[in-house]
Amino acid sequence: MKTPSATGSLAAWSGYRINLVGLVSFSVILLWALVALFAPWITPYSVGAMVDADYFGPMRPGLWLGSDYLGRDMLSRLILGARYTVGISLAAVSIACFTGVVLGMTSAVLRGAVDMVVSRLLDALNSIPSKLFGLMVVAAVGSSIPVLILTLSIIYTPGAYRFSRALAVNIDTMDFIMVARIRGESLPYLIGSEILPNIIGPVLADLGLRFVFIVLLLSGLSFLGLGVQPPFADWGALVRENIGGLPFAAPAVIVPSLAIATLTISVNLLIDNLPQKIRDRSAS
Amino acid sequence: MTNLVEIRDLTVEATTDSGRRVEILKGVTLDIAAGETVAFIGESGSGKTTAAMTLLGYARPGCRISGGAVRVDGHDMVALSEKERAALRGTTVAYVPQSAAAAFNPATTIMDQVIEVTRIHRLMEPDEARRRAVALFRALSLPDPDGIGDRYPHQVSGGQLQRLAAAMALIGDPKVVIFDEPTTALDVTTQVEVLRAFKAVTAKRQIACVYVSHDLAVVAQIADRILVLRHGAVQEIGSVDDILHRPTHPYTKELLHAFHPDTGGRTGAAAAVAASGAPLLSIDTLSAGYGPPQSNGQPLVLAVKEVSLRVKQGTNLGIIGESGCGKSTLARAIAGILPACGGGIQFDGRELRHSARQRGRDQLRDLQIVFQHADTALNPAKSIEDILGRPLTFYHGLRGKERDVRIDALLDMVHLPRALRHRRPAELSGGQKQRVNFARALAAEPKLILCDEITSALDTVVAAAIIDLLKELQRELGLSYVFISHDLSVIEAICDEIIVMYRGQMVETITPVARQEPQHPYSRLLFSSVPKLDPTWLDTLNLDADRMRLA
Repeated sequence: MKTPSATGSLAAWSGYRINLVGLVSFSVILLWALVALFAPWITPYSVGAMVDADYFGPMRPGLWLGSDYLGRDMLSRLILGARYTVGISLAAVSIACFTGVVLGMTSAVLRGAVDMVVSRLLDALNSIPSKLFGLMVVAAVGSSIPVLILTLSIIYTPGAYRFSRALAVNIDTMDFIMVARIRGESLPYLIGSEILPNIIGPVLADLGLRFVFIVLLLSGLSFLGLGVQPPFADWGALVRENIGGLPFAAPAVIVPSLAIATLTISVNLLIDNLPQKIRDRSAS
Repeated sequence: MTNLVEIRDLTVEATTDSGRRVEILKGVTLDIAAGETVAFIGESGSGKTTAAMTLLGYARPGCRISGGAVRVDGHDMVALSEKERAALRGTTVAYVPQSAAAAFNPATTIMDQVIEVTRIHRLMEPDEARRRAVALFRALSLPDPDGIGDRYPHQVSGGQLQRLAAAMALIGDPKVVIFDEPTTALDVTTQVEVLRAFKAVTAKRQIACVYVSHDLAVVAQIADRILVLRHGAVQEIGSVDDILHRPTHPYTKELLHAFHPDTGGRTGAAAAVAASGAPLLSIDTLSAGYGPPQSNGQPLVLAVKEVSLRVKQGTNLGIIGESGCGKSTLARAIAGILPACGGGIQFDGRELRHSARQRGRDQLRDLQIVFQHADTALNPAKSIEDILGRPLTFYHGLRGKERDVRIDALLDMVHLPRALRHRRPAELSGGQKQRVNFARALAAEPKLILCDEITSALDTVVAAAIIDLLKELQRELGLSYVFISHDLSVIEAICDEIIVMYRGQMVETITPVARQEPQHPYSRLLFSSVPKLDPTWLDTLNLDADRMRLA
């Protein structure tokens, strides 16, 4: 076990062993987060403005990422798309996993009637096809960002619930949970302090996967015209609307795909390479 | 004649998170002849398992063999490639793990797992392997040798599974077998049978054995020579007779002394307290069991049947019996984990509700339970500080500096270094974990502690130290213990009264001070099954009379 020298001094300084892969993926995520945050100030053109005479234009000075199927600047569209993809997906995945994991652990600890009712309710929810559910909600209340976030998080809650409940049920049979129970501990303590630290690794990995699913579902909804409304577009929608450029090897279709790939891969790599606290026996 | 096993200046080291190196074995040298049994004895963390594992050319993850040579039947296990080592494992050297229950795959039949070695090494045809396995089962005196292989691991008892694990190791006809504490998890009556089976089989086949154990009495029965290890270094090596009767090293003497825990110092004080005062805990015809309630209101399986007992303040009650006799269930019923289905529990003059959920916080605090397996009783994700600090905050509202001071005091009380507070349970030895487990119960400042087999997973020296600790704390804090164990010597050392349980019922109450002899046949069987330091004990032991009467 050797710490890479580049991160060695950082490890000594922070008391954590930091993995190079983790560091790189964190930088990528940070970059996209900053882009999303400052999007309106850094876009060279307006998202709707047609600036190129040709469609599917190549990369060139001024239009650094080429132009899309209507001759709009791809860079501007990508930068503003980051807002939707990063923002909506992150918010939705956080809500979905938080609700799912809390409910899952609660069911595992309380068992009996609570477990039964919550499990069956979420099973029922799980049985509705996700796109159909999205379609229904958007048709009923119209498309807006809060509605999208809420819909996506409701769709992915049952999965997170099932996953965390299965993990928590195993932990719940351990003696230390029994000790905490007969100490008279409350439910929030049991799930927050005794169970969660033992399942946090798989739960985070699940969160990373679910984030990817949400990005994909969001782009699917956008394609159906139910997601982010034009002229704005999230990355998934950018891929869809420029799919016609594929035979011409247009950057307009490749660039947003790469953007999705860098973000989702980085999220998963970061979760697998979170900093680990150095726990030496001699440390006092 | 050359030796079958030659270990020369063996060192094993581990690297910690921050890159620091720790020596686990510091130059071990040993020879083992064919057919000889050498026991590695020492406390937990002494490196005895690590030393035994090097015979397989194996070092646990994070560790590596850093120097020396281990020659087994002419092969240097240190120098060989992983592939060559794998070829020797199972055929030349075999391993019998401590916990057979964890070593078997619950999803396949026992026979398939026993003959797996012959399949991997392509030693013989499956049919022949099965015949050999059945012969081994017979030699290990397993019941129903022809049919037992078709069962799944959960369908046989712990003692049988341990013998099956030995069969698994022996099927490839190894020259050296490593037994890693194979009887530690068994109760005494089962241990006797398993030891006999091991001894008979290995003697017949002229197998060189390495027997890792912390139980000197067990080792005395089975070994020719004893190697005493401590902190990774050999303290003493000699024949069983030498070690038992003429120990030279202080640590060996300590080990021998630990085998005779003194009962002194307690009896006078206990008698004084016992004479006065009402019982602290009083249980009347308590029944408890598992499964859905039947039409008569009792659970499907009744594990504890109408047990009555009393514990006075400052005195200790021992509950003894083999596994499955209901002693742990009784403890769980008292603690309210498993609500009793009948009878009453009176604690400190008040009626206790059957379920812990219905008891008040003070009642929960006054009655603490310490579980057998410190591994599962301590949350692996939390530091020792958090584990000990929680009851302090929860019951006594201590925070910050006050809490820190108290945690240090608790660690001092159980004789653990204060620096341990930042570690996690996985980074402690078995004895240390059990001390933390106990310190957590102490943190609540209880009146009565239910100790469920707390010394069973520990070696003799550490167990004796824990017992001394319990006595010391009792003197200081006026605690009472209900001590559940299958180890008679432990119970005798600490308890004022002993209850013998058999099949869910109390069969006898014994007061050790009165030097009372057990009367019930089961008690007699139990008491005579406790291994003695005398090396001829196993060979001369005759338990059949009591066994017959019991049947």
